[in-house]
Amino acid sequence: MPGSGPRVGLFVTCLVDLYRPTVGFAAVKLLEDAGCTVEVPATQTCCGQPAYNSGDMADTRAVARGVIDAFEGFDYVVAPSGSCAGMIHEHYPKLFADEPETAQRAQHLAKRTHELVSFLVDVLNVERVDAAYPGTVTYHDSCSGLRELQVKTQPRRLLGSVEGLSLTELPSAEICCGFGGTFCVKYPEISDKMVTEKARDVTATGAGTLLAGDLGCLLNMSGKLSRLGAETKVRHVAEVLAGMADGPAIGEPGKD
Amino acid sequence: MQSTSRSFKQNAHHALQDATLQRALGNIKTGFQEKRRQVIEALPEFEALRDTGRDIKNHTLANLDFYLERFEERVTEAGGVVHWCRTPAEARETILEICKRRNARTVTKGKSMIAEEIGLNEFLEANAIEPVETDLGEYIIQLRHEPPSHIIAPAIHVTREQIADDFRRHHSDLDPNRRLEEPRDFTDEARAKLRDRYFQADVGITGANFLIAETGSTVIVTNEGNGDMTQLLGKAHVVVASLEKVVPTLDDAATILRLLARSATGQEMSVYTTFSTGPRRADDLDGPEEFHVVLLDNGRSAMLGTEFQEMLRCIRCAACMNHCPVYAAVGGHAYGWVYPGPMGAVLTPSLIGVEEAGHLPNASTFCGRCESVCPMRIPLPKMMRHYRTREYERGLAPGTVRVGLSLWSFLATRPSLYRFVTGMAARTLGAFGRRAGRFRSLPMAGGWTGVRDLPAPEGKTFHALWKERQGAERRGNGGTGR
Repeated sequence: MPGSGPRVGLFVTCLVDLYRPTVGFAAVKLLEDAGCTVEVPATQTCCGQPAYNSGDMADTRAVARGVIDAFEGFDYVVAPSGSCAGMIHEHYPKLFADEPETAQRAQHLAKRTHELVSFLVDVLNVERVDAAYPGTVTYHDSCSGLRELQVKTQPRRLLGSVEGLSLTELPSAEICCGFGGTFCVKYPEISDKMVTEKARDVTATGAGTLLAGDLGCLLNMSGKLSRLGAETKVRHVAEVLAGMADGPAIGEPGKD
Repeated sequence: MQSTSRSFKQNAHHALQDATLQRALGNIKTGFQEKRRQVIEALPEFEALRDTGRDIKNHTLANLDFYLERFEERVTEAGGVVHWCRTPAEARETILEICKRRNARTVTKGKSMIAEEIGLNEFLEANAIEPVETDLGEYIIQLRHEPPSHIIAPAIHVTREQIADDFRRHHSDLDPNRRLEEPRDFTDEARAKLRDRYFQADVGITGANFLIAETGSTVIVTNEGNGDMTQLLGKAHVVVASLEKVVPTLDDAATILRLLARSATGQEMSVYTTFSTGPRRADDLDGPEEFHVVLLDNGRSAMLGTEFQEMLRCIRCAACMNHCPVYAAVGGHAYGWVYPGPMGAVLTPSLIGVEEAGHLPNASTFCGRCESVCPMRIPLPKMMRHYRTREYERGLAPGTVRVGLSLWSFLATRPSLYRFVTGMAARTLGAFGRRAGRFRSLPMAGGWTGVRDLPAPEGKTFHALWKERQGAERRGNGGTGR
C-alpha cells in the first residue's frame, strides 16, 4: 500500500491525459501496488517534444521549464511512455547550455526520471503483477523507450506473470511503426507505408491483442489496424499489467 | 549532380506508387540486415571496435590539416600528385586536364560516390570522353541513364527482370535467347563486355575508402575486382576522394576495415581490398604510369568545428540506410541527390544547403535505428534535429507548422488554460466518437485520417478524473486527504 516507499511524481503525458486516462490510473495502481506514494502535479502539460522535434528551441525550453518546476522535489518522476521519459531523461540536460542553474535542475530531474515499466522492474525490483488477461498478445517496442532507455526485457518479464497471457513475439518489434510525432502528419504517405507493414506483421502473429508502452505509437497502429478491418485489440501495456483492461480497447466503441 | 531534394514529397509519392521499385526494396531486409546481424554476433569485440573507430576518426578530424599534408608528402615521395580541389568544378577540370594530356578517348571507372557528387560522367561525355562504369551495379545504372539509389548497391532499385531487359537491349550482338536470370548470368555477361574496355581505356578512375597519411596509399574495397582492373590497366590512375577519407596509419585503416564490410554487406572482409601507392615502379610488372589523387573539399572543411563535424566520420558503409524504415519505404532516388537515407539527410544539407535539402532531415521519425547500427557512432538523429533547428530559426519551416507550434506552446505554458482546452477537446471528441470508438475522418486532421482511423478519446481527461478522485477521497477520509 502507498506510504512506505518512494514519493513518485507521475508525468501523465499529454496523450494519456487527453486520450486514455485509463493508462494514467493503471500507472498509479502499479506504482501504488509497488509501495510508492504517487502524486500528480497539476501544472504539468507536455514534455515539449512537438517543439523540440520541429527545431523550435525557444518553445521547447519554455515548456521544459514548466516540467522542471512542476516536478521539483520528488524522489522519482515516472511516465507511462518511453518517448516522454526519454525526452526528459536524455534531452532536457542539453537544452540549457546557456543557463547553468536551469541546466543543473534539468540534470537533476533527468536522473530521477523513468519510463513506467522499466522503473517497476529495474528500480523497484517488481518481479510479478497481480493481473489476469486470457489470450495471446504481441508486443511492439516503441523506438525511444527501446533505444534511449533500453526498455526491452522489462515489459516481457512482467507480462510473463500475467495469468492466462501468452506472448507471441512480433518479428518486426524493433522497427518503427511510422508514428514519429508530427512525422505521421507531415509525411502521411510514408508513415502509411510503415504502419501498413506493421499492421500486416501484427495480424500475421495471430495475436488477439497488440501491446506497447507508448500511446502515440498505439494510436497510430490501432488507427491503421481498424482502417484495415483487423480485429486485433490494441492496449497500453500498463492496462494489462494493472488488471485494468476490462474497458474498451483503444479505438473500440464505448459501452453505453 | 542536379538535386531534386526540394521535391522529396512528390519523389516519395511516386516511389510508393511504383510496384516494381517496392518489390526491389523488399530485398534490403534479407540482403543486408540479416547478414550484418549474423556477422556482428560472431564478433564479440564489435562494440569496442566501434569506439576505436570513432576515436581514430575524431583524432584525425581534429588534426585534419596535419594528416592531409602528411598524405600529400608521401604521395609525392611515391611519385604521385595530389590535386587540392575546393569545388566540384575544380575537380572536374583537374580530371579533364589529366585525360587530355593522355589524349584519352575512354576512361574506365570503379565505383565512386565522389564522382557522382561532382557529376563526372556527364562532364566527360560533354568533352568527348567516354566513361565506362565497371562495377556491375554502376554498369547497370549507366545503361539505364540513372543515378545510384544506394551508396554501396547503386542498382538496388532495379529488379532482375529489368536488368535482363536492359542487357538484351544493349548487348544486341548476343544470342537473344540466352539465359539471364541469376546474378551470375549478369556478372558473366558484364565481365565479357567490359574486358576489352579495360584494355582500351587510357585512364582509370576510382574512388577511395581510405587515404593513408603515413604511406600515401589509397585503399579501395570491392567484391568484383573491377577496381583493380580499372586502376592497373589504364595508363594513368586517378583517385577521386573527399578529404575526410584520410586516416593516420595502416593500422588505423585495418581497424576501420574490420567495421566496414561487416556493417555494409555483412562480410568479414570485402573480396578485394587494394592498397595503391604511387605509379608503377621500375621493377613492377603492372601498374599505371601516372598516379593522381584528386582531393575534394566541396563544403566539408566548413563542417569542421560545427555541430555537423561528426558526420565526417562516415565511412559510407550504408548501414544507416539499410536499417532505415523511411529509406526502405521510398528508396534512394526520392532523396533527390547523391546520398540517400539517414547519412544523406545530414550530409546533403551540409553540402548543397538546407534551403535545397530541407525535407531530408525532416523525413525521419527519429526512431534511432541508424545511430544504433552506425559503426562510427555518428549521432544521426541529433544532427537531423540540428538541421530542423536551423530551418526553424531561418523561417524555412512551413507557416502552418509555425502557427500550430506557437498556439500549442502558448497553451502548454499556461496549465489552467491548457486544462480547460484539453478538457473540452476530450469531452467533444469523446462524445462524438464514443459510439464508433474512432473517427474515419475529422476536419483539420486529414494528415492523420487520410490513411488511418483516429481512435476516439475516452471522454474526460486524466487530470479531470484525478481531481474527482482526490475530491472523493478527501470526502471519504473526512477531509484529511491521503
